[in-house]
Formats: sequence, C-alpha cells, structure tokens
Amino acid sequence: MGRTLAEKVWEQHVVRRAEGEPDLLYIDLHLIHEVTSPQAFDGLRLSGRKVRRPELTIATEDHNVPTVLGPISDPVSRTQVETLRKNTAEFGIRLHPMGDAGQGVVHIIGPQFGLTQPGMTIVCGDSHTSTHGAFGGIAFGIGTSEVEHVLATQTLPAYRPKTMAIEVKGELPVGVTAKDLILAIIANIGTGGGQGYIVEYRGEAVRKLSMEGRMTICNMSIEAGARAGMIAPDETTFEYLRGRPHAPAGAAWDEAVAYWKTLRTDDDAEFDKVVEIDASTLTPFVTWGTNPGQGAPLGSAVPSPEDFADPVQRSAAERALEYMGLTAGTPLRDVQVDTVFVGSCTNGRIEDLRAAADVLRGRTVVTRTLIVPGSMQVKKAAEEEGLDQVFKAAGAEWREAGCSMCLGMNPDTLQPGERSASTSNRNFEGRQGKGGRTHLVSPQVAAATAVTGRLTAPADL
Amino acid sequence: MDAFTTHTGRAVPLLRSNVDTDQIIPAVWLKQVSRTGFEKGLFAAWREDPSFVLNDPAYAGASILVSGPDFGTGSSREHAVWALQQYGFRVVISSRFGDIFRNNSTKMGLLPVVLPEDVVERLQAEVEAEPAREITVDLDAKEVRFGDVAVPFEIDDYTRWRLMEGLDDIGLTLRHADDIAEYENGRQPWLPTTV
Ligand code: SF4
Repeated sequence: MGRTLAEKVWEQHVVRRAEGEPDLLYIDLHLIHEVTSPQAFDGLRLSGRKVRRPELTIATEDHNVPTVLGPISDPVSRTQVETLRKNTAEFGIRLHPMGDAGQGVVHIIGPQFGLTQPGMTIVCGDSHTSTHGAFGGIAFGIGTSEVEHVLATQTLPAYRPKTMAIEVKGELPVGVTAKDLILAIIANIGTGGGQGYIVEYRGEAVRKLSMEGRMTICNMSIEAGARAGMIAPDETTFEYLRGRPHAPAGAAWDEAVAYWKTLRTDDDAEFDKVVEIDASTLTPFVTWGTNPGQGAPLGSAVPSPEDFADPVQRSAAERALEYMGLTAGTPLRDVQVDTVFVGSCTNGRIEDLRAAADVLRGRTVVTRTLIVPGSMQVKKAAEEEGLDQVFKAAGAEWREAGCSMCLGMNPDTLQPGERSASTSNRNFEGRQGKGGRTHLVSPQVAAATAVTGRLTAPADL
Repeated sequence: MDAFTTHTGRAVPLLRSNVDTDQIIPAVWLKQVSRTGFEKGLFAAWREDPSFVLNDPAYAGASILVSGPDFGTGSSREHAVWALQQYGFRVVISSRFGDIFRNNSTKMGLLPVVLPEDVVERLQAEVEAEPAREITVDLDAKEVRFGDVAVPFEIDDYTRWRLMEGLDDIGLTLRHADDIAEYENGRQPWLPTTV
C-alpha cells in the first residue's frame, strides 16, 4: 500500500525505532525565541550539556519586543531578551536581535531565509510552528522541556500521529481568502477535531494558493487541535524557494527538487480520516466567540446558544457571548470594533499587507489601526512598494516587526472591554490584553473594518 | 522529574471546556526567565472573580483538577504545566487534552488523565456536592478510584514507565547517541544549516 506525505517525511527521520517505545525522530531545524527558551538553556547548564547542532538552530526576538523604536522599557521583558542574547552567544547560536534586518516573527523568518524546505522536520517552542508544514515538511510546536531535549540531542521521542486529509474541493470565490478557508475548516471540525492527527490539506483550492496563503492555512492547524498541518510541495513551493539564501543551489538544487517531487501522498495511500470542504460556497468568515472554532460567515448573525445541540458547545457559546458582550441574533456586520490589528505569523507577510493596503488606499480609518509587519524584511519590502505611505495616509499606525498584539505580551494590547478585528489566530479570552474581545478576520476584512468601524468585507464598502 | 506512582487527594471541578493555556497562565506571566513563581499566575484572570472555583475555601489544598473537554489547548507554553504544579496540582482529568500540553505535562510529572466525558461529569458532580471527597489516581493500576467506583484509564506503557520512574528524557535519548551520529552521517547533503 502507498504512503501518505506525512508517513514519508516521518519515516525519513526515524533515528531509532523499538517495540513499545516512541520513535526517536531527527529534527532538521530548531527555531528559538526569547519566551520559551531561557529555562531550557538553564537546564543545559545545570546538567553540563552542550547544544548538539547549533548550526541547525536559529533564534529571533519576536514575542516580547516592542514594535516602536527604542529600548525595551519594561525591565522584565528586557531581561528576557538579554537572556536570549547571552544564551545564544554562550552556545554559539545564530540570533537575529531587534533592529537586525533578519529579525521577525519566528515563523516568518524561517521561510523567508529559505531555511524551511520540503520534507524537513522543524520544531519550535511555539504552537504555530505548524506554519512551516506549508512547504511539505512536518513542523510542530513543543514545550520548554522538549526545547531542551532538541538542543541537547537534535532529536525528539514521539509517536507518529494519525493522518487526516482535508480535501478542499472547488475554487475559492473572488474575495475569499486562505484565512476565510481555514476559519471555516476549524468551525467545521472544531477545536479538537484535529487532535492526534497530522493534517494534509489537499485539493484544487489549496493547490491554487500562493505559498503565503498556504502558510496561513497550515499556521492555524493547531487551532483545530492538530499536531501539524502540511501541503505537498509543487512548482509554487519550488518557485518560492529558488534563490533564497539557504535554499540549495546549482547541482544540489536539482537533486533536492528531484527528491521534493517524491514528497506527495501516493494515490493508493489511505488516511485515517478524511474531511471534505467545498471551497466554492465559502464567503468571508469571522469569529464571534472565544475559541477559533466559534466562527461564522460575516453575512450571518451572532448565533444563539440554543443553536447548539451539544450541551458542552451550548454552555461554551453562552459563556463566549457573555465575555464578548454580544447578543444572539445581532448581524455580525453590526458589531462595532475599536481596534484593528493586521499582523502576526498568520497574516503578517507581504501579500497580507498588500491586501490590506488595497482596501485602505484612498480611504480613512475610523478605528485605532495597527499594521505590524511580520519581519523586518517584510517591512522593508512594504516600504519599497510604498505600502507604508498608504497605511499612514489612511491614518493607520505603521510599526516595527514582532508578534505585537497577537498575544499582547508587549505594550500593544486591548483595554478591558475593547473589541478588535484581528488577523491573528487566537480569540481566547484576554489573548490581546485582559478583558479584550477579539474577532479573527482576514487582512481584507480587517482593513474594511478599520474604514467603517464595524465588521465589514471590502465588497461592502 | 518527580516520580509518580499513585496519588490520593481532593479535587476541584472546573466546569469549562476549551480551557486554553492562555487562561491557565496569561502571556504577561511568561516574561520570567526562571522556572518558579508561576503559581501566582495560574488562571490569573479568572481568579479575580471571587466566585471562581479556586477561590472557594472548600477546595483549598486540592491537588486534582477535573476539567471539561479540550483542556490545555492553544499555546505551547510549558509555563501552564509549571503553574499548575507549583499551585499544588499533581493530576488533571479531562476527556480530551491539547496535544502539546499533554506532552509537556508528562515531561514534568504532572499526570494528564483522560476519562470519558460522562465519567468526568459525574466526578465533577460528586466533588461539587462533597468537596472533601478524596480521589485516588493510581498510575500503576491505570485506574481512578472514588468511593466504590474504579474507572480505568489509558496511557501508553512507555510514558507510564517514565513517569513511574521519574526518568529524565534527555538522559534516555543520550543512551542512543551512536544511533543519532549514524543517522547524521546519512542526512541529505543539501539540507540547510543556519551558518
Ligand atoms: S505572531 Fe502570535 S501566534 Fe505567531 S508566533 Fe507570535 S505570538 Fe505566536
């Protein structure tokens, strides 16, 4: 019987397999940031261990850094960033600090450098590591104990998850984005629907997505509970990688591409589970609740807890509506928003900024609007295209690169009761600041919402 | 890691689903570079509500958390596990856990126990009615016992063995350093390095 893409990549990385034990899996690339690594380096020091392969490791400062120029004013944040600098220097790991041209959100810089390639295993102490699966590798988030484990051994013990195919049939209608698609998928299978699986996104609509769109999809796999998400590499993948600083070159490129072309699910392979989604009927999608599965088409209304047959979902909806300050039956287009955030590893890449700029060009925002590029390189590209001018002319704030309001660790936060339309990935209670209320949206909807102050699609303007 | 064989203690019912790690420990608490002091941040936002269950003196000193489904979803922050442990929890019971949280727990010796949803609800109801009720979580027998009820739970043998011995994963892996070196010799030459 044939094998799925996930099985092929997994098998390629098994260092050791023994009856009754998890596989020992080799890790090709380990990404590090300031928040989940300090205790791991401490652990290494305590046990007198070294970093096995510093040259397969790269670090950046992203979660905790301010997105305005100048030193970090919060002393605790500053200590954490300084700790990363000290640790990477001590253990010989490449670091892109604040202000560096290569700095940015960890999941944006890997692909940008060409370090993320098909067929690789990639881990990071961050759950959105699933982003890198867009290139056809297995990429997943780990905790700090595992960060230490990978630093010390370049491997991880793990059981191979089951495999799930999400077949996206048909084409996405005009004005419907990768973000809408993944939000619809999560609403469909639920926040626990992918638990225990590596998801492979397949089908026509997925093949037609750009690499950046594919990253948006894979990024949010974790919001459906999946261990990882992946998309088989194809010409779009190869074109994206060609010429990037760490992509293979010359004869090695040809050899790599020949191998990458084998990285697809065999026709006779079987998935443990298959889910089908029809892309052609989708419309812009937003969340109304406090987990990413609580989403609905923008054209619909805030649901009523009564709509949910399952008692757990019903009580979750009740609680979510209360926290979000929403009344069942209110059209989502009538929901008033105070702040708009465009950025994060979900939607902080150049295509996302272009999409937002296309909506904002010649218009004025009525909400506080933060545009935070995912990396310094994205920032530079946007400025070369004049997008920063479009944003500033519209009245939006143009910031330095970082995670920013995605998780509200730096000063970019919501006040209690404030409501945002955000291109990030989590609408959890307090995620963007204590008491803040988050609606997850695409960059297009975010920009249109900034113009009207209510949840809005560009087509409504 | 402390070894875990069997634990008897009182339980707190957390009647919520999708308890994500941002709720367990909000991001502002993640700026610390040490491994201690996270108990103060445990459910920090929810604890501001005087009616939140952890503020109920009847549950003071409880060491088993019994939660609705999808506990520990979201962010990979291991700080969530540290916060629970440092607050005094040894076990979390739910019908479903976020994968990364469950992994992090077993690395640290916090036992995640998966029980069917109806059993979880029954357990919650019992400890709501009688907060002083003791519950035993027996990893050796793979069983949760309360009153005269004994409910089995599943856990893979390897993880169980590691938890019961309190073994350090890194030490276990380094026993296979030769296998790792051999694997490294066969890696595809074009794979990238960060230098
Ligand atoms: S942008 Fe948000 S989701 Fe992405 S790595 Fe940063 S905090 Fe995590």
